[in-house]
Amino acid sequence: MARKAPVIGSLRSISPEQINVLIEGLSRRGYEVIAPTVRDGAIVYDRIFSAKELPQGYTDEQQAGKYQLKKREDAALFGYSVGPHAWKKFLFPSISCAWTAERVDGHFHIIAGEPDTTKRAFVGVRACELHALAIQDRVFLEGSYVDSAYKTRRQNVVIVAVNCTQAGGTCFCDSMGTGPRVSGGYDILLTEIPGAEEHFLLAESATPIGAEIMAELSTQAATREQIATAVDAVDHAASHMGRTLPTSGLKELLYRNVENPRWDALAERCLSCANCTLVCPTCFCSTIEDCTDLAGQRAERIRKWDSCFTTDFSYIHGGSVRATPRSKFRQWMMHKLAYWNDQFGSSGCTGCGRCITWCPVGIDITEEVRTIRDSEATASISL
Amino acid sequence: MDVTIETGIPEGITADPMVPALFCVDRVKQETEDTFTVGLVPDEANTRFSYMPGQFNMLYVFGVGEVPISISGDPSVTSRLEHTTRRVGVVTTAMGQLRAGDMIGVRGPYGTHWPVTEEAGRDVLIVAGGIGLAPLRPVLYLLMAHREKYRKIVLLYGARSPEEILYKRELERWRGKFDLEVQVTVDRGSSAWRGNVGVVTPLVARAPFTPSNTIALLCGPEIMMRFAVNELQKRGVPADRTYLSLERNMKCAVGFCGHCQYGSMFVCKDGPVFRLDQIAWIFGKAEV
Amino acid sequence: MIHTLEPIIKEHPFFAQLPEKHLEFITGCAKNVQFPERQVIFREGDPANEFYFLREGLVAVELLVPSRGPTTVQTVAEGEILGWSWVSPPYRWHFGARTLQRTRALVFDAKCLRAKCEEDHDLGYEILSRFVGVISARLDATRLQLLDLYGRHD
Repeated sequence: MARKAPVIGSLRSISPEQINVLIEGLSRRGYEVIAPTVRDGAIVYDRIFSAKELPQGYTDEQQAGKYQLKKREDAALFGYSVGPHAWKKFLFPSISCAWTAERVDGHFHIIAGEPDTTKRAFVGVRACELHALAIQDRVFLEGSYVDSAYKTRRQNVVIVAVNCTQAGGTCFCDSMGTGPRVSGGYDILLTEIPGAEEHFLLAESATPIGAEIMAELSTQAATREQIATAVDAVDHAASHMGRTLPTSGLKELLYRNVENPRWDALAERCLSCANCTLVCPTCFCSTIEDCTDLAGQRAERIRKWDSCFTTDFSYIHGGSVRATPRSKFRQWMMHKLAYWNDQFGSSGCTGCGRCITWCPVGIDITEEVRTIRDSEATASISL
Repeated sequence: MDVTIETGIPEGITADPMVPALFCVDRVKQETEDTFTVGLVPDEANTRFSYMPGQFNMLYVFGVGEVPISISGDPSVTSRLEHTTRRVGVVTTAMGQLRAGDMIGVRGPYGTHWPVTEEAGRDVLIVAGGIGLAPLRPVLYLLMAHREKYRKIVLLYGARSPEEILYKRELERWRGKFDLEVQVTVDRGSSAWRGNVGVVTPLVARAPFTPSNTIALLCGPEIMMRFAVNELQKRGVPADRTYLSLERNMKCAVGFCGHCQYGSMFVCKDGPVFRLDQIAWIFGKAEV
Repeated sequence: MIHTLEPIIKEHPFFAQLPEKHLEFITGCAKNVQFPERQVIFREGDPANEFYFLREGLVAVELLVPSRGPTTVQTVAEGEILGWSWVSPPYRWHFGARTLQRTRALVFDAKCLRAKCEEDHDLGYEILSRFVGVISARLDATRLQLLDLYGRHD
């Protein structure tokens, strides 16, 4: 079979079977392939060894506080939205050791951790998730200090992205300008059309490694009809979002409403369970724990995910600055939708809907914003 | 809406910001019953450490933990560091038990500083409460070293009791030698105490400085600073010449862990020294 | 005497914007006074018929605490007003006052002022509203003192 020379950017059409060739190509090059897979009734991200482990024929139904896997009528490999995992867990692990130290006589010395040079391929990355990665890059790489462990992991990632052709029940990437169409940040981009007559994927590469891997697949030039179908499918997703969140003036709206009584009503529902921060792809808070062995000779600095909802998150001088559920929820929402803009130049929210789906009491961030906006409108009417 | 995503990872700092440098304790001086100053010298000879007044370090006690502590020494001395702290928890208690020769991990210096070098020709008003005098002592050293550049320098200091006055000898020396006006008040006097009794706010109301040409630096419990700020504003000191040092929970000091957030600001990098007009919307608000 | 004191009284923020006729009357009630250090100015329980405007020095407001002796609860310094027990019955000092340093002050005949305030309610209002300001500032400061902000609160 003649192989075309790698051409970055040209749109090719492939059959679903080629996905396994792609996965094998990545494995052969030493990449751990991490992709969606079904486990415990959800679609999560985990290491896979063949395309058979992808959630072929599955979809998810998501609503506030609800997540359910369902079977599809077709054999789509990527026919679902995002699950409880975010790609951040592979770049910014939930527990990691920053360094160890050893006591020698009265002194001690520090042994820096070995950098994690594992090569990882993320397969099935959605547009909103690419934005989330870029947002975390800004936090960990573009400030005055660089998280060197994150940087090493990030540099060794290859991304196979997927355009969404169906919107999830809690999705609102269209409102946040983060999807459903992928616009950059990938090595290979796929758009799947699981049609009854023809099940194909459009594929294009954007980098030398992407082109190199694609050159090993059996591909054809994409036809005009195929391209039009793919474009329409993504447009369809954009106009059928599960939620909307108007973002114009959103930061200012929240700054004006720091003392809005609506926060009290919210507090009555919020359990401070921290689910939202765990599933959120941009949340980056962590804590540091210094510990030692029983003999007091060897010490470790451990870094763990943390959440602004934990009791001691803002502890100082004998008490926490934010002690009530009301203040903690307000902090989370205002950080995500207002403070983040001032800190990092963009919203912290990518519209993925995970916080809505995985909140045990179904608190919906888009609904809360709407209520605050409406309360301002009502206030001005009653004047 | 099309958004471009950049994937280039910027070059620059490669040293791991979570790894401390090693320093050696040369002295632990008891200042009051629960406050002490630890003096540090770098483990590697000829290492210099420079910082600006108002900045802090993260100090690590082997196997116990790490805490943010303001640098309280003379910034012109780069061969030695001083930190004054109260014993408030496990780490500070362990630190207070260290002896000369013990090692401490140091990360820093971090944070914003008292911007006095840009304010030559003005009166400088310093209002300190309790341990709040510690992060202000470096700026006093700086001002005394360049005394001729400033007009009136006034220190108003509130302590809990006469026994808990920090840096007594130094204050008396500066008062005598450098034309520094020092007014000390205590919340609770003693039978031997012949000075002011009461909080520091009435001192602000009547201190001798020219409000329109003054830079004010404040550090102490937030409530004390709030009331002191009210007095300053009543006297007409502009909010953009009033600076406060704030404190929040800190774990990393480099803007990664998110704990020290104060509205949209990180106390570790946008503070701890804040200009009043920049925090006016949030200062004094409950639970933010 | 009236001519030397009026400018001093007029300048002080406490008496600022007092109408001219009231200013004249007040000045008429005022006298210069001096105390050496450690001098009792008034004692707890004594009749309260004066108030003081401190021009220089430091005064301790104190209570006699059994087994502790005279205990200073607050000090009053130059530029501040000392004494408001003259305002309401039984017109007796609630606390004592003793100088900590050599102190110069203006002392105001409050008995006379009280009588005039009864006659002239406009004057009464001017004086009382100013004293409310002094008392409220002193109360704020006392509450802050009570919080023991520099103490350990774990």
